[in-house]
Amino acid sequence: MKTKLEIKRGAPGETPHVQTYDVKFEAGQSVLDGLRMIRRDTDETLAFRFACINANACKECMMVIDGDIDYACTTRLKEGVMKLSPLPKKALVRDLVTEIAPPDERLKITP
Amino acid sequence: MHLETDVLIIGAGGAGMYAALEAAKAGASVIIADRSLIGRGGATVMAQMTVAAALGERAPDSWEYHLSDTLAAGRGLCNEDLARLVCEDGPHRIREMDAWKVGWARDGEHIAQVQAPGHDRPRCVYVDVLSTGPAVSKTLRTQLIHAPDIKRVGDLAIVDLVVEDGIVCGAVAHHMPTGTPVTIAAKSVIIATGGLTRLYRRNSASSNMGGDGYALALRAGAELIDMEFVQFFPIGHLAPRLVGMDPIMWDPFRYKLGGKLLNANMREFEDDYATKDKRSDGNYVLTRDLATYAITSEVAAGRGSPAGGAYLSFQHVPEDVLRKNFGPVIDKLAANGIDLTKQNIEVAPIAHYHMGGVRVDTQMRTGVDGLFACGEAIGGSNGANRLSGNAITEAFVFGALAGVEAAKYAKANTSVWSAKAAAPALDLLGSAVKDSSHNLAERVVALQALMADKVGPFRTDAKLAEAIVEIDAMIAELGTRPVSSAAAFDTVLLDWLDLRNMLLVAKSVAVPARARTESRGAHQRDDYPGLDAAWTINQTLSLQGEGFKLDRLVPNAKRVAA
Ligand SMILES: Cc1cc2nc3c(=O)[nH]c(=O)nc-3n(C[C@H](O)[C@H](O)[C@H](O)COP(=O)(O)OP(=O)(O)OC[C@H]3O[C@@H](n4cnc5c(N)ncnc54)[C@H](O)[C@@H]3O)c2cc1C
Repeated sequence: MKTKLEIKRGAPGETPHVQTYDVKFEAGQSVLDGLRMIRRDTDETLAFRFACINANACKECMMVIDGDIDYACTTRLKEGVMKLSPLPKKALVRDLVTEIAPPDERLKITP
Repeated sequence: MHLETDVLIIGAGGAGMYAALEAAKAGASVIIADRSLIGRGGATVMAQMTVAAALGERAPDSWEYHLSDTLAAGRGLCNEDLARLVCEDGPHRIREMDAWKVGWARDGEHIAQVQAPGHDRPRCVYVDVLSTGPAVSKTLRTQLIHAPDIKRVGDLAIVDLVVEDGIVCGAVAHHMPTGTPVTIAAKSVIIATGGLTRLYRRNSASSNMGGDGYALALRAGAELIDMEFVQFFPIGHLAPRLVGMDPIMWDPFRYKLGGKLLNANMREFEDDYATKDKRSDGNYVLTRDLATYAITSEVAAGRGSPAGGAYLSFQHVPEDVLRKNFGPVIDKLAANGIDLTKQNIEVAPIAHYHMGGVRVDTQMRTGVDGLFACGEAIGGSNGANRLSGNAITEAFVFGALAGVEAAKYAKANTSVWSAKAAAPALDLLGSAVKDSSHNLAERVVALQALMADKVGPFRTDAKLAEAIVEIDAMIAELGTRPVSSAAAFDTVLLDWLDLRNMLLVAKSVAVPARARTESRGAHQRDDYPGLDAAWTINQTLSLQGEGFKLDRLVPNAKRVAA
């Protein structure tokens, strides 16, 4: 099976751009599986947050998937096109990564 | 950026968070740093099963019975003093967590205790439903938030320890959101970075479990012990794709309902491999290591399931029994399109836990002044094989102890922070060149395949020798100059730093594995089948120049394992 992942990319201060990746997958695989395959096979610069991979325990892979806020690890890849973008109400770090930790668990460094 | 503290704790899993609480209680200022978010990065939050402690709530019990089961599982190699600490102090920590409202499941008035493989009586506590790890993590983080003088810092990857005149005085870190290097001066440092199972193709690891702590310890001059003993969990989930669940979840299913392991010919094969050594796994026919052997052998003989494992079948269990025992899990499975009454699932051995680790004494001191370690990052208490449920207990017990001792050390010593000693690690980060043509993410996958194929549960001299050559080649290929791609959340630099550690740690597993010419517990040699009494020895390892120094110790054992 095949899908196109249209991913909103960029860092703060840059104009965001959408990059499209073709991903081949097997039934049941998750959006997080797809993102990891992109890093392994085509573009290792793509940034997204995750720790536990697919146990849905770390709750770090939250993003906007086809318009809804969801976990990349529990959302299945589907054929056609899927649109991914970072959480809208959190400060952007880069690509799909946002600041999701409470402020007192972060170092305040202005780059 | 520069930070200062009495105690720096690296890793915010069960061990690190417990250490932070105890160090703060002892009056030390604490920074607890994690490369992920606080309480979410490692194994603790992912554990869904049980925690062992001799509470005696269900059946009379004592830490001595727990210890004798632990030593039996360790097959002669446990450091008995460390194992004793886990068993003796475990009940206290479990009750402390209970007072902090972790929510251990109840059986009437009592904390519920279930029987788990290898334990001689019902000894394991849990949080319903499959929520042990998340509940533990949340409870400890809540305690941290309310404790004085603990600074919690997520997204901070520790790159190297700083050592001045043989004394650890802090660390150099990479601030992931901005790419800024951070120095942290600390009077004492605790490594609580968890295990190394990300080194393997099939694993239950998070992305942060590539064994950073072992590499940090080695480069700081500390010793590792028992590194050849990686525990493979025999029936990790393989297929169909299952998300949102712990890959080792089939264990309680099988334990309670007796799932059948079948090969490609739909034949039960466990009895073919059964030996007299049935003790360590209670109701099971085969212990963890023997079950791993049985499945791997069936696959090697061409009788594996399509995805390369064995079938696990619960089709003989009536639906109402499945529901009665595991109702909420059955719903989660349904959401994954899995109906156990109609289909078999596929399972295979997955790397799950590391027995080996940083060598410590009973005060969690490494041999390097100012450096302590705890949790899965240390070795010794489990010997050649870990008893199920002991890992979280050990994270609590050793974490708490490391916190107390590191605080004591910090009070008794002044800071020997040296900017000069921090320079090499800062220079390393500063020397990164923009380049993303290497595809390091793929190299990580290649290393995982190499480890699975050549340093997996079944080893031979030839395979291990090849592995060491290939790891050396990968180390040379990686080079000494990091590559980077962006300032913020630099995935390429992180892969480079990960590989730097993973390759060193991979080699620190392969080298003692090659030296150990026998089969024992989690270390099985096809060319040396069977346990050799002369190998009732722990191997330690340290860095000497570019190479490893391998030493042998007689295990610290006072009683004879039952
Ligand atoms: C899926 C799964 C299920 C399990 N189930 C059970 C069970 O039911 N019962 C049981 O007893 N045991 C179980 N275990 C084992 C047990 O969970 C672990 O051994 C234990 O939780 C380890 O705790 P820890 O605090 O030592 O390490 P972890 O919880 O792994 O925490 C280590 C932390 O260190 C951080 N870190 C690593 N490197 C760095 C660095 N360079 N800089 C900064 N931070 C860093 C990581 O991000 C992580 O947050 C399970 C393990 C897994 C993987």
